[in-house]
Amino acid sequence: MERSEIFDKIQEILVDALAVDDDEVTNEATLIGDLGAESIDILDITFKLEQEFGFKIAQGELFPEGITQDPDYVQDGKVTSKGLELLKERVPHFNLSDLESDPSVENVAKIFTVDALVTFCDQKLQTA
Amino acid sequence: MRWMWIDRIVELVPKERMVAIKQVSMAEEHLHDHFPSTSNRKAMPMMPMSLIVEGMAQTAGVLVGHAEGFKEKVVLAKVSKAKLDREATPGCTLRYTATIEQFTAAGASTKGIVELIEPSAIGQSEPVVIGQIDLLFSHLDQNMGGIEYPEENFVFSESFKTLMETSGIEANF
Repeated sequence: MERSEIFDKIQEILVDALAVDDDEVTNEATLIGDLGAESIDILDITFKLEQEFGFKIAQGELFPEGITQDPDYVQDGKVTSKGLELLKERVPHFNLSDLESDPSVENVAKIFTVDALVTFCDQKLQTA
Repeated sequence: MRWMWIDRIVELVPKERMVAIKQVSMAEEHLHDHFPSTSNRKAMPMMPMSLIVEGMAQTAGVLVGHAEGFKEKVVLAKVSKAKLDREATPGCTLRYTATIEQFTAAGASTKGIVELIEPSAIGQSEPVVIGQIDLLFSHLDQNMGGIEYPEENFVFSESFKTLMETSGIEANF
């Protein structure tokens, strides 16, 4: 499936799950910051992606859980190098370059963009 | 006692579907306020639609809880869709049919159909679909925030147990 086709399907899912307008769902939009997603929306989006694309998503596979609460991974409001390594390993669909240059914990949510979601689905579909 | 918005479970297909009914009664005090007469309008007693959503949430919630033997704390996390076309007035029966759409360790999504059965002099009319209510439930102990909650399952209280027992369904929780 082409990335543009994946994007169209994801756009439809996000409009439905987050009650946003379709023109708000751009590649650069962050789910939590720009589109107002809350933690429960991630579960909703996970269910909708599974239904639409026919693959299974394990808990924490789409968006990392518990990392920002763990003192091993976050210290003094910044993600530690150990935390960054874990993110790279757990969520390879995220572009971490901005977080690497400014590892403030509030920037973790910013890595979850629509584009990352498209990459995640693209990778899942290719390995299915 | 929890405020129950379903009177009886009439069908349960574990992990799949549950049907429950609610008899709307003039004895329910809130109907007198919803809506009272005014200087230019007669009283219009009807079941508040928010409570119809709650009725579906209880129906679907029991179905989701039953799927794991009521071990999970099942909480309503999101009303994905709620559309109701007609009001339910005293004497009517509301019939909720909840179906599990997806179920994982983290929670479940359900689809729901609301039907209305009108009373008549010779019995009851055929059920008429008056709406759709789709819901998302979270298993509280599996939440993403890693917050810990009391061990006791405070969601499925004695009221739910009574509901199941009076509906002829075994309730081991």
